[in-house]
Amino acid sequence: MIKAILVFNNHGKPRLAKFFQHYSEDEQQQIVRETFHLVSRRDDNVCSFLEGGTLIGGSDYRLIYRHYATLYFVFCVDSSESELGILDLIQVFVETLDRCFENVCELDLIFHVDKVHFILSEIVMGGMVLETNMNEIVSRYMEQDKLEKSEAGLSAAPAKAAAAIKNIDLPTLPKDLKIPNIELPKLPSFR
Amino acid sequence: MALTLKKVKGSLDRMFDKNMQDLVRGIRNHKESESRYIAGCVEEIKSELKQDNAAIKANAVNKLIYLQMLGYDISWAAFNIIEVMSSPKFTFKRIGYFAASQSFHSETDVLMLTTNMIRKDLGSQTMYDTGVALSGLSCFITPDLARDLVNDILALMSSTRPYIRKRAVLISYKIFLAYPDALRPAFPRLKEKLEDPDQGVQSAAVNVICELARKNPKNYLSLAPIFFKLMTTSTNNWVLIKIIKLFGALTPLEPRLGKKLIEPLTNLIHSTSAMSLLYECINTVIQVLISFTSGMTDHSSSIQLCVQKLRILIEDADQNLKYLGLLAMSRILKSHPKAVQSHKDLILQCLDDKDESIRLRALDLLFGMVSKKNLMEIVKKLMVHVNKAEGSQYRDELLTKIIEICSQQNYQYITNFEWYVTVLVELTRTEGATRHGSLISSQILDVAIRVKTIRPFAAKQMAVLLENSHVIASQLQRNGMQEVLYAAAYVCGEFAQFIESPSSLLNAMLSHRVVSLPAHIQAIYIQNSMKLFASAVTQAEEDEDHEKVEELLKLVMGKLPAFVQSGDLEVQERASCILSMMKYASKAQGKGSKVAGDFNDLFKGELNPVAPKAQKKVPVPEGLDLDAWINDPPSSSEDDVPTTFNYKLKDNVDDFYSTKKEKMKELSPEERKKMREQRIQEQASNPNYLSSSKMANGYQEPGDDTGDLPPVTDIDISIPLHVPGMTSSDKYLRQEQDRRRRRQEERKKRRDEKERKKDKKGRKGRKKGRQVVEESPDEDIEPVHAVDIVQEEMPEGAVQTDSEDDTKKEDIYKALDIDLESPLTAQDKLPTPTHRVAKESPQKGDEEPEEKKKKRKKKEKKKKEKKTRHHHHHEKHEHPQESLLLVDEGEEPTVAASNGDDVTTPVTSQDKVNGHQDAPKEKDKEDLDFWLSPGSGTTGATAAVNGDGDAPSPKQDTPEESPAKQHRHKKKKKHEKSSKHKKHRKEREKSPEKAETGKEKTEERPSTPPLPAMTRFVDLGENEHIGIKYETRVISMQEKQIMVALVFQNNVDKQLKSIEFNVLDTLNTRLIRAPGSTSHDPVKIPFILLPSSGNEAQLLFSVVSLNMPQRLRGTVTYILKDEEGSSQHKLDFKLYLPCSAYLLTAPCNSERFTHLLSSGEVSEKSSIRVNAPDLKFSHALQKICFYLKFSVVERVDDSASLYAATIQQHHVCLLIKAVPNGISVDGKSTDSSLLSNILDEVKEIFK
Repeated sequence: MIKAILVFNNHGKPRLAKFFQHYSEDEQQQIVRETFHLVSRRDDNVCSFLEGGTLIGGSDYRLIYRHYATLYFVFCVDSSESELGILDLIQVFVETLDRCFENVCELDLIFHVDKVHFILSEIVMGGMVLETNMNEIVSRYMEQDKLEKSEAGLSAAPAKAAAAIKNIDLPTLPKDLKIPNIELPKLPSFR
Repeated sequence: MALTLKKVKGSLDRMFDKNMQDLVRGIRNHKESESRYIAGCVEEIKSELKQDNAAIKANAVNKLIYLQMLGYDISWAAFNIIEVMSSPKFTFKRIGYFAASQSFHSETDVLMLTTNMIRKDLGSQTMYDTGVALSGLSCFITPDLARDLVNDILALMSSTRPYIRKRAVLISYKIFLAYPDALRPAFPRLKEKLEDPDQGVQSAAVNVICELARKNPKNYLSLAPIFFKLMTTSTNNWVLIKIIKLFGALTPLEPRLGKKLIEPLTNLIHSTSAMSLLYECINTVIQVLISFTSGMTDHSSSIQLCVQKLRILIEDADQNLKYLGLLAMSRILKSHPKAVQSHKDLILQCLDDKDESIRLRALDLLFGMVSKKNLMEIVKKLMVHVNKAEGSQYRDELLTKIIEICSQQNYQYITNFEWYVTVLVELTRTEGATRHGSLISSQILDVAIRVKTIRPFAAKQMAVLLENSHVIASQLQRNGMQEVLYAAAYVCGEFAQFIESPSSLLNAMLSHRVVSLPAHIQAIYIQNSMKLFASAVTQAEEDEDHEKVEELLKLVMGKLPAFVQSGDLEVQERASCILSMMKYASKAQGKGSKVAGDFNDLFKGELNPVAPKAQKKVPVPEGLDLDAWINDPPSSSEDDVPTTFNYKLKDNVDDFYSTKKEKMKELSPEERKKMREQRIQEQASNPNYLSSSKMANGYQEPGDDTGDLPPVTDIDISIPLHVPGMTSSDKYLRQEQDRRRRRQEERKKRRDEKERKKDKKGRKGRKKGRQVVEESPDEDIEPVHAVDIVQEEMPEGAVQTDSEDDTKKEDIYKALDIDLESPLTAQDKLPTPTHRVAKESPQKGDEEPEEKKKKRKKKEKKKKEKKTRHHHHHEKHEHPQESLLLVDEGEEPTVAASNGDDVTTPVTSQDKVNGHQDAPKEKDKEDLDFWLSPGSGTTGATAAVNGDGDAPSPKQDTPEESPAKQHRHKKKKKHEKSSKHKKHRKEREKSPEKAETGKEKTEERPSTPPLPAMTRFVDLGENEHIGIKYETRVISMQEKQIMVALVFQNNVDKQLKSIEFNVLDTLNTRLIRAPGSTSHDPVKIPFILLPSSGNEAQLLFSVVSLNMPQRLRGTVTYILKDEEGSSQHKLDFKLYLPCSAYLLTAPCNSERFTHLLSSGEVSEKSSIRVNAPDLKFSHALQKICFYLKFSVVERVDDSASLYAATIQQHHVCLLIKAVPNGISVDGKSTDSSLLSNILDEVKEIFK
């Protein structure tokens, strides 16, 4: 079982937090902080496993994470999950994001955290791995996107226009902020 | 007009609403005043939530989720979230469910309002609505929701869409956790999903069962054959990993399973390129090897293989593999330490790794690798690391590991305790803070107390430590090592006879600097200086050196007053007590009498370690009943006069305490002393106390310097000081190495001598001799000192047990410890959703808080508004809106129909049910036994070793048929080339056949080509607009109902809506309609068909007798909607319900089958012959099993016996034989017309 999925940036700012077990908001924040503390002090060339922090679980749990550009993707799992499998799952998640957002970078996660959650819900459900086939995940997500667009139809046109105006400066943002795209290293995939 | 304006205004307003992106941007732009900005936003959101527009609400909720991620509590918006969830639009619904999944939990009270809404969404015509609802539900399920929705979820498990199926399967685990009663009834369906054609669904089912089995593995042993088959056939690595992990959990329970697994797992290890799979295989092989008891020598190759592969992992540049390799290595270590020890070099190398996780793993490994031989070397290496460790956590870990390594199993590996004490002392002086000072302290105490021979050495070392503490105190303090002084003081005091110069030590221990130490250490200093004093005085008096005695007295009496003023009670009391004793002694000494004896009497007796469990182990003396009342409890009659009784009781209590207090007060030091002497005397005569050895006489000259030492300023030096008198542990390592070398030389000499002698005798002897010497390197090491470790004291009569039971288990999973094999009984049924909601609703309404009522009213108002606004949508809207709070009746035909009244098993069939109960369970066990039994020739050689003879062999099972079977195997053997494959296939082939658990599809032999995909769906009718197919399904535990699943397919690019289904009921078969409707009312199909889409609806029919097929005439009406308008159409059909519709796949083993045939219960006979020249026998079997839901009981070559039962417990048995140009089918059943109808159907299949 996966207990929690956290994404935060190099400064510990949460970009996505999905808990499959109830924690109060304060506890969640503390977990994010603690996890960031644990993960961020590790070099990039050390292993991706950490025996869990005190908050998130006992000896049965471990943190498995990957660091992409400015973001940490951290999964907290118990011993029923395969460590390398979860590493692969993180890769699947990120690659899916990359395909859905076209060269994903931190800004995409900042401004579209809801979409990231929707994508994640195609991959993991209730703490269990649901789907690992990227094509399936992407096409399902896209179909739902289409459904959403068809629902919006005419009535949403003004709002869309407004959003477009408001978002006009958005594409330029990445250059200004120099947030690198999340580069996908080619990994020895197990699929 | 006004409304239209309002609407336009509304959407214009929305333009300027903040959306989530704006919120994010705003927060980023207000870095300095973030919380104030957010507070403003929350106010905005609150006002947005009050508006009626669903889009605005959804937008507001979306923003709230973002704030939730930042740590803001949004539970106040729970009701608004539900409102958004109930929106008919997918966009909003998705946001709503997403918000709920992020913020709801089992304590969210509004969740109880959601049941009907979620049910509606689960049954939605849009696949993604269902998906979103399932995803959300998986995060906030409660026991109530689980109980109310379990039926809906189970229905979704057989949805036509894999997308829904796999979600339904996964969520079932959450349901079981929340509502364990659902597990048994739902399990058969879950098991079915293991063989789902869709990989994703299969994977989900494996996932769920693995989770279940991880907590309660023994209940899932019977599934081993299915999983084994999956393991050898599946190519999905996710599935494989899960299964292999599951086997890892199962093997400890069933060693025979392990034997079966070894080979395929080793093959996988050799063949797979996926590291994750390789790793999990190794892990499970390790599990298997651990589960084998001793005597299994033939698996050393497997161990070697694992260790080799792991070495490759550890040597890999990828840190992840390195880490996992070490992790797995530590598992091997537990059972096969020798295999790992040969890789010591590699592991020591890992201690230098830059990665802390890897170093910690390596440490773990080292822990298990030490032996007498390499202990010193390993510890030395670790000590080096302690000194250069960065970060206190790793240093702490190192420290504890060193101590654990050395102290494990009662200091088993320590040959030289002087070395160990030195190591401990060195550890106290390491750089950097640690929190393990007290650990080292307790080690020093433990070693000094338990190892008698080390006491002189320890005392001397501790004395050095104490005397120099003023120099190193600040360092100790900085490092958190002050606790060591506690141990040092105790050791010096307790073993004062070994101290060379007690007076100088006494001086150091009572020095004014001690006051700065923590109070508990001061106290121990004072107490032990007393012991030291006693020993010094004894020495002086023996030497007749009265001046010396006086000097000592003066010294102590001069120093103690400083402690008497201490703020700490303990220190103060001890100091004043000892001071007064000193004064007394001083007086006595002045009179010329000796005081040493009295003082020594105070500290007579030796302390021995007490076993940690000693207290628990004190046996209850005979005749003592701990549960009995000491005083009889007050009888109830006395309750009548409570006041007087209470008074009495109170008086008694007061008396009790007051007398005690007085007694305590009365105790003067003298009396206490007396009592102590008394106690000591008692102890001396008590065999449980070791009598103190007489104080040793061999005292050194008492130290001369009684004055204060010249004041030394504390120097804060960070490099370890060399303190004279402290030894270095390296010295011992060198010594030990020398010693070993010498010993080796000696041994070599001896051996050479022997050889020389033996050479004369012949070569054989020499070889033998060498072997003997080389085999026992470890045992040869003798400790430097004769170590006598004092045994821990145990109370008399205590029973020695190895393990103490620490039973702490996760309780939520305990509820799922449910026997899944015994057949379902009438009690095991899922809660059928009855219409209690309708009955209860008025009550509920009464209880409803005022606030909610208001909201509901508002809602209704709003609904009206909406109706006028978008009237073309209103039909769609009405439903979900209503369902949120108002309970509508019978909105779903499937659920509505299964009214729970007639579910209970009729009494007449009670015996039958009972009869069923034992048989399948036995059968399962037998099947598993057979499957596991090595008799099939795969691991025949090992069978005898483990005494598996009791596993039933195939011969015992079916006497006549086994020769034929064996013959077949023999034939096979000749044809197969590779022996490995042969074994595999045989296992694969055997498992489904013998361990048949009612899965028809498993019957296929690998040699025959697979059939094209079969479907049970039959066309019901079709016209230019719509096509309808249907399938019949039985519902578990329903004797009088069957389900018809209808798949509607829209053939045009226009919307079809208002689909209604109606049939003319017959006397025997009736469509179950919503309560309150007549038998002519149609049933509304709860979805509209979008252009070119399809959807499934499920209807229930009640049946009376089931021995005749039924044909029902009916009509489907629907409205076709296009630009010009809508037009109503209809489609007539005949719904054919064959007898096989009532059959259900029931497991049956051959024993029961033969019993059934011979019992006369199945008296009706009939037979047919089917002409089908091209038909392959196995295909014929498959088809019959698939379409008619039979299961194969037994198959021998070209004949097979099949079994199925009806929902009303009729038995149907078939014997199918291959005959030239076709097959013959002989049937037996309890009902003749049923049988002949079914045989007709068989014919039909092959037409």
